[in-house]
Amino acid sequence: MYKQILVPVDLTHVDRLGKALQTAADLSRHYGAPVCYVGVTPEAPSPVAHNPKEFADKLEAFGKQQASAHDITATTRSYSATDPAIDINKILRKAVEESGADLVVMASHPPSVTDYIWPSHGGWVAEHSSSSVFVVR
Amino acid sequence: MTNENENKPDPGADPEVDTEALPEPEGASDIIETDYEVGQDNITPQIGPLGLDIHNPVFGISAAVVIVFVVAVLAVGGETSAAFFGDLRGYLTSTFDWFFIIAGNIFVLVCLGILVSPLGKVRIGGAEATPDYSYAGWFAMLFAAGMGIGLMFFGVLEPVYYFATPWGDQPLSRDIGIVDGELVDPATMEAARLTAMAATIYHWGLHPWAIYAIVALSLALFAYNKGLPLTVRSIFYPILGERIWGWPGHVIDILAVFATLFGLATSLGLGAGQAASGIGFVFGIEGMGGSVTAAVVLIAVITMLALISVLRGLDGGVKKLSEINMVLAGVLLLFVVLVGPTMLLVTQFFSNLGAYATEIFALSNPVGREDDGFRQGWTAFYWAWWISWSPFVGMFIARVSRGRTVREFITCVLVIPTIVSAIWMTAFGGTGINQIIELATESGVYNYVVAAYVPELSLFGMLADLPLAAITSTLAIILVIVFFVTSSDSGSLVIDTITAGGKINAPVSQRVFWVIFEGLVAAVLLIGGGLAALQAASVSTGLPFAVVLLLACYALIRGLMSEPRGDSPTT
Repeated sequence: MYKQILVPVDLTHVDRLGKALQTAADLSRHYGAPVCYVGVTPEAPSPVAHNPKEFADKLEAFGKQQASAHDITATTRSYSATDPAIDINKILRKAVEESGADLVVMASHPPSVTDYIWPSHGGWVAEHSSSSVFVVR
Repeated sequence: MTNENENKPDPGADPEVDTEALPEPEGASDIIETDYEVGQDNITPQIGPLGLDIHNPVFGISAAVVIVFVVAVLAVGGETSAAFFGDLRGYLTSTFDWFFIIAGNIFVLVCLGILVSPLGKVRIGGAEATPDYSYAGWFAMLFAAGMGIGLMFFGVLEPVYYFATPWGDQPLSRDIGIVDGELVDPATMEAARLTAMAATIYHWGLHPWAIYAIVALSLALFAYNKGLPLTVRSIFYPILGERIWGWPGHVIDILAVFATLFGLATSLGLGAGQAASGIGFVFGIEGMGGSVTAAVVLIAVITMLALISVLRGLDGGVKKLSEINMVLAGVLLLFVVLVGPTMLLVTQFFSNLGAYATEIFALSNPVGREDDGFRQGWTAFYWAWWISWSPFVGMFIARVSRGRTVREFITCVLVIPTIVSAIWMTAFGGTGINQIIELATESGVYNYVVAAYVPELSLFGMLADLPLAAITSTLAIILVIVFFVTSSDSGSLVIDTITAGGKINAPVSQRVFWVIFEGLVAAVLLIGGGLAALQAASVSTGLPFAVVLLLACYALIRGLMSEPRGDSPTT
């Protein structure tokens, strides 16, 4: 049913992504759909990487590790942005288009009043791309 | 990646790659190896529904220092504290005027030296990095951040002031062009005009932009090429080494936040007052000038617009606003040039540039001069002002300059803005002076600059003597407001990055906090009095920063020399 799964990952908070990663891996095996892990990094040095190249390398390593841990086929895509905190939604939409994903599996924070000011990324992607979105809480 | 990691079934495992050496950004660059990780000193408190990610102790101390200062100024009383800090600033600029002037000259020479040396071939972000922004977008942003609002305020005021000042602070103690309302002979008048224009371009030309360029280039180099966090302390790695992660670094960053926040809040407060006077003048509303209520409403509107812009991000917010600014400013400039004596202004532009080129040596001479009022009251003040703004403007320019070569960078941050400033000053100040030459005491500018000193109306006085004054003055007011929104937005991005330890992807709620905080500080000080005091305090940070920037020149050259000098990217 699904051909390509997209999983946005925040390499600074991998510990909080466990459930989403597991869900994505299970779906991947079930449908035989490869997973593409997407990461967005600032161009300036960040806690994860000193530059976008290092970030891409780390993301690739992460993807390989996930692939072997879950026995799935995985690729990675890394994007850099001047203002990632704001641009992330548009980058995710671009990633959906470029990878041809038809399912996005992403972790979400518990809903709170701030959602009125900063709507969730998952909701935005669901609204603005053709892909199905699975928000894991 | 280690084997152990590879076989771990736990999906939550740290994806830390066992890197022997850090990979280079895009193409070759000289990475600095340090054990410091961006954000390692950050704490992530949860306040209500908002998660924060802030540097400990820079965020806390900066916020505390700002609050303590505001409360102290209000407690002591606006006028007393204004007198104190005004005296402090006056003392610093009159005692250390020679130091500011020498420092300014060094910054220009260092920039020009780097421009022509082989170091100009270094590319920001690695030898094969590609620029994030087009020339137009990049240039609009650096101009809007750098001096947009100042050009609106001083564009007419400063040249006219030098041409006609009855207070004895004309540049180089030259003769002025109009004495007691009587125009002097044509030859003296032309000389006074040229001196006034040269002195103004001197204050808005190579020197301020060299100050910005040094800070911006250093920040960009140490972040994008060397992999250090994008924060002011990183520049000092070649000098202080690992110590920059401790207190010396904290102090530098806190000072930068202090200068930026107070610089922004006070110019927002004072600027809102000026905009209110302008609106009152243009639309003939009695009592708008000097009305605290009107100014506070304007601050609220500007803060609200800045908030919207900040939530739209850098590309959707600051960049768009800067481009709008450039178009509006261009329209206003074209109008002034086309409606005025176009050919005369074009000829004057070249004679002004010529005067700048010849007078720059006398103007930038630090010793043996008699023109205290000009040298200390204007030049040293300007240098302190530009320097205190340099962490903000420099950091913002740095953030948007990845992918440019050093030579391109200096050309676009030093040479082109100088020419644009000269064009602007020729059009606005030159028209103001031409109006005095033509109309003498009948001219609007004479009334607002010499007869009664109402500096905030000088621009409107000039526009009033041109046709379509109602339209152009409205356009000017809109420009002033949009420039403020842009500064408030880009300043908040910068403060947020510094107080987050160099992280540019900290939670968005933080930049919202800084935008609102800045507006609040401006409003509180406007109501309670004390804007002038804090502006003097923020300009006073120019002196310690001047020392810091001289060290930065050394660090910058050291940093550039260790970079590979690639030619333009091949792929």
